[in-house]
Amino acid sequence: MKLKSTKLLLNATLLILVLSIIRLITGASDLTSIGTASAALLLSVPIVLAGVGGLFSERSGVVNIGLEGMMILGAWAGGFIGSKHGPWLGLAAAIFFGAVGALVHAVATITFGVDHVVSGVAINIIAAGLVRYLSTLLYQGGSWPGPSQSPDISSIATNGLPVLSGGTYAGWHSPDILTPLAEKHWFFISDVAAILRGLTGDLSYVTVVAIAVVPLSFFILWKTSFGLRLRSAGEAPIAAESLGVNVYLMKYAGVLISGGLAGLGGGFLAIVAANHYQENQVAGRGYIGLAALLFGNYRPGGILAGAGLFGFADALQLRDSAAIHALILLIVLVLAYLVYRDIRKGKHVSAAISAIMSAAFLWFYLAVDVLPGQLVTMTPYIATLLVMSLASQRLRMPAADGIPYRRGGLR
Amino acid sequence: MKKPSMSQVMLAFAAPLAAAVVSIVISSLAVLASKKSPIDAYKTMWEFGTQAGSLLEVLNTATPYYIAAIAIAVTFRAGLFNIGVEGQLRLGALFSAYLGAKFVLPPIFHVLAVFLIAMTVGGIWAAIAAYLKVKRGVSEVISTIMLNSLAGGLTSFLFSQYFAEITEGSNNLTTKTLPESARMPDLMPLLNKLGVEDQPGGGVYGMLLVAAALGVAFWFIVNRTRFGFELRASGANPIAARVSGVNSKRMVFYALVISGAIAGLSGLPAVLGDTHSYTMGFRSGIGFSAIAVALLGRNGAVGMAFSALLFGFLEVSSRSLELIDIAPETYVIMQGSILLSSVIAYEVVRRYKITLQSKELAKAVA
Amino acid sequence: MSVAVELRHISKRFPGVIANKDVSMKVETGTVHALVGENGAGKSTVMKILYGMQRPDGGEILVNGQAVNFKNPNDAIDASIGMVHQHFMLADNFTVLENIILGAEPKHGITIDFAAARKKVADMSAAYGLDVDPDILVEELGVGQRQRVEILKVLYRGARILIFDEPTAVLVPQEVDDLFNALKGLRAEGMAIIFISHKLDEVLRVADDVTVVRAGSTVAEVKSKDVTARQLAELMVGSELPQPTTHGDTRRPEITLALKDVSIPTKSGSRDLISHISFDLHAGEVIGIAGVEGNGQAELVEAIMGLREYTGQIEFKGENIDHFTVAHRHDAGIGLIPEDRQRQGLMMASPLWENRILGHQRSKPVMRGFVLDKKATIADTRTIMQEFDVRAPGPQTLAAALSGGNQQKFIVGREMSKAPSLLVASHPTRGVDVGAQAAIWEELRRAREKGMAVVLISADLEELIGMSDRLLVMLRGAITAQLDPQKTTPEQLGSAMTGAK
Repeated sequence: MKLKSTKLLLNATLLILVLSIIRLITGASDLTSIGTASAALLLSVPIVLAGVGGLFSERSGVVNIGLEGMMILGAWAGGFIGSKHGPWLGLAAAIFFGAVGALVHAVATITFGVDHVVSGVAINIIAAGLVRYLSTLLYQGGSWPGPSQSPDISSIATNGLPVLSGGTYAGWHSPDILTPLAEKHWFFISDVAAILRGLTGDLSYVTVVAIAVVPLSFFILWKTSFGLRLRSAGEAPIAAESLGVNVYLMKYAGVLISGGLAGLGGGFLAIVAANHYQENQVAGRGYIGLAALLFGNYRPGGILAGAGLFGFADALQLRDSAAIHALILLIVLVLAYLVYRDIRKGKHVSAAISAIMSAAFLWFYLAVDVLPGQLVTMTPYIATLLVMSLASQRLRMPAADGIPYRRGGLR
Repeated sequence: MKKPSMSQVMLAFAAPLAAAVVSIVISSLAVLASKKSPIDAYKTMWEFGTQAGSLLEVLNTATPYYIAAIAIAVTFRAGLFNIGVEGQLRLGALFSAYLGAKFVLPPIFHVLAVFLIAMTVGGIWAAIAAYLKVKRGVSEVISTIMLNSLAGGLTSFLFSQYFAEITEGSNNLTTKTLPESARMPDLMPLLNKLGVEDQPGGGVYGMLLVAAALGVAFWFIVNRTRFGFELRASGANPIAARVSGVNSKRMVFYALVISGAIAGLSGLPAVLGDTHSYTMGFRSGIGFSAIAVALLGRNGAVGMAFSALLFGFLEVSSRSLELIDIAPETYVIMQGSILLSSVIAYEVVRRYKITLQSKELAKAVA
Repeated sequence: MSVAVELRHISKRFPGVIANKDVSMKVETGTVHALVGENGAGKSTVMKILYGMQRPDGGEILVNGQAVNFKNPNDAIDASIGMVHQHFMLADNFTVLENIILGAEPKHGITIDFAAARKKVADMSAAYGLDVDPDILVEELGVGQRQRVEILKVLYRGARILIFDEPTAVLVPQEVDDLFNALKGLRAEGMAIIFISHKLDEVLRVADDVTVVRAGSTVAEVKSKDVTARQLAELMVGSELPQPTTHGDTRRPEITLALKDVSIPTKSGSRDLISHISFDLHAGEVIGIAGVEGNGQAELVEAIMGLREYTGQIEFKGENIDHFTVAHRHDAGIGLIPEDRQRQGLMMASPLWENRILGHQRSKPVMRGFVLDKKATIADTRTIMQEFDVRAPGPQTLAAALSGGNQQKFIVGREMSKAPSLLVASHPTRGVDVGAQAAIWEELRRAREKGMAVVLISADLEELIGMSDRLLVMLRGAITAQLDPQKTTPEQLGSAMTGAK
């Protein structure tokens, strides 16, 4: 355990070091600014929630492509209830709506044995259609400003880490040490300060709760008997049944928790990341959450890392396309590393392919000064594909994940 | 071979019937929620939808659905899931409209060339997912979803930056209009001969015939050829298929690329039959609705034809709901509830069939 | 001594099948009670009923004199009944400890008290001589150790009545000895043990009492000291048990299959999955591959079939086939009875006639040109069903509806229909009833006489010894011994399989 956290710290340091070098070379200061770090965190949260949601579902043996639809339901409910009754009730409604979507998925897959991916995709299609229908009704009824947008929602208070990042505690205004440090633009030191300030300052309380979901899910799944039983339903359901575990119950629990978390993620998008619901707000984040789950190899810590990566890419594309341009240089470096690795392993063909791609990206970096907006928006999806293509082969998914289960081993 | 028994016939209809009932109940609840009468809604839809003009429009709506559903069914039959039809068809439509206007060929050849462009582009886009699946183990479900988003960005980038021209007298961006030789003839003259009168609002896409031909080819190849058998075997039991001599990686590649190529065609009905160019208003969502069409039609050539027509009918006829102050989007609820209740009903019937067969077996053995 | 368990006239029907008609038995504490019957006689069903996994349609269950009505395994566990399953019920990705405590976790507040669990398991391991590391992942364990985990699981729950469902099926003779010693220890503790088996000599070695079921009904209850194996067999099947034997030497001079230095290296560079395997197999010869499961037999089959890349050379009928694809090898005349019929040999949700095509989709009678000849296929399927006595209504029946024995006969029929020169038979009679077993053996005998070469892989040592002309023993991927079956006993073969001298 100690070794693991040391390694993590080392990797994080290394990553920041690389980023600060790129910042120096390219002058893209937004790469490691406070704003980017804070936006990355904000954009990571829904993905973390979706990913951890997926974790509960898939650990219980139910593949959940429907996360996207559950997030859509959550986002819509967040906008609908949040604009009427305030943000906290909005979040509660988001959880509830996500869980309702999950209930449909659970009934179809667990009780009726429908193929998990089919059911999930059906739920995504239905969720998108349903909220469109409901939004239209509300707009026609005159209570919404548009057929694809909810009224504004009041915001949830924020705070910062005391001493380091400002914030207010019982009337005491904490100093903010990191911000001035970040503004010095010292190599590496300012970068670290800025990232820390971005991650710990002006946090919405909901963000804190959402990030706490990660250790909490680890605790539940690996330290409690509920978690052991839930995981047994995904690894060896028939064995679990033979020991008196109620496999159906565990799967229902896994899928419902999954939907609640995904719904919360959707609600977060509407209430915290924005201040109203908007059609297409979710924009594939449920799927990206699933990708984070796979990247994290079905472990909470890995999901956090994956979500952080996607959040960072998303934040950069939203804030500053110059920074994305700089990021191309990072791709060149990653590919160069792959070339080095493949040559050492004697894989000359794939080394050559990586080398060609690396050269192409380098050329692209040098040839193009500013990336057009439409291409910049593609960043998170490209990141997902790249990461998946690197991470997929070492996956260890739960042994009975996606396999319809019937009591007594019937077909 | 024995003739199918009465109970088998009943079974075949049980699932769609149950699904229809459930979805009518759900849709009625949705209409009731907006404080309107479902009976009125259905009546209005039926009256409007069965007018000759509406029916022709239903055909036009169903045509791309059907082609796209075939594309999806190819992968379903192989145990894969190409969710990326939306992106494949969009790129296919854009490139074929843009490139097709760049050259001139004799009429039929020009159309075929446009087909080829659309199929190549769709196939290449799907090949990315195939490569990632075969070489890097990435689930095609995730990769095709991501490729959809990428295709969206890429088309709008290429379209707005390079391919589009501003039409005179308006702000609309479109690609250059396709020459006469690259257009699909309208089927209306043909229908006239069959006694159908001209209807206000236009004709019937020539792509309808292509869709029908594709349906026949799909049925034959999947059910009657070795390739089709190996495709289905890979879907039914990939391990047993591999043991039996199917090259599973190649099969994944073929299935996804063929699917992408067909998907590329599904973007053409409007381009070749109506707008004759790629426009900003290119219809979105065909690829997703087609998933529902394929699932509802059990990935069969005939079943998907019916479900494509049903979806087209619901979509066209629901426009009339505006007349009685009901949101036309109600059709989305109808389609969704049909989809979900039918996949559940099919599964229930499948289980019941196995039970039934075990009973027959016991009788035969005893 | 008191009666621990009594079953009275248990009956159970599944859709279309009568699994139990009238099963009765009486098990006393401090005894080992064997329940014998052939595959498909209903032994497993009656035990699933006793363990609460299924509910009887009729009859009574008494535990320690009390009538009970189990709704699920929890009820049975509460009545101190435990079951060691034939197919191990273990989660590979869980540790031994997690597997043992699942469903009965000791708690410490809201968390699992792993320390207390670990201590209890260690104590039990020591007390019963069931040594196993609690913190290792189950996937890293061998078969014998997995069984220990299963037994610990049961004991951990305080079971006093232990059901062992075919516990020796996957064990080598030495492991069987260990198991029987453990059983005797448990019996001495005053536990009641129900031992399900169809291996009669083992039953007579370990059991005090024997209940025999045939076709779902109890046909006899006897003391083991009063009967012979032959008498039990007659009670079990109504006639003598079929013996796996071959007659005479049918070996022909030509070599059908030759392996030269075949190895499968692993990607990680650790020990080869199979290493430096060489042998010649003549036409009309059966070569038996013995070995504890997971010692490279499956990989050997994959190499011969071209399902995995290997180094070295394989020759078939004098021709090098290293560059042949899987399909090519099928078509050249190599037949395969796969290890796991449902996973590797059948499309369970498809009708039999479509399953007939599998592996034969490149030639007649299934194909006419590139078009599938449905009519001819159905006709041919019907022929196979008749010749191999596959009991099903017709070619349209789904494979899933057939019993295991009939599925296996169908696969054998399918492979034999192309008259292969070489048959790779992996566990050809595993889990099939006596009738099907005899039929499959007979088929192999006949084909052998006609010059077919057979690579036979089996865990049934009597089958290996009886059917083979030559035995090769595989251990950790290599061939470690070559034995003459006529001079080899199961015990000697077992020793060779575990590498003991």
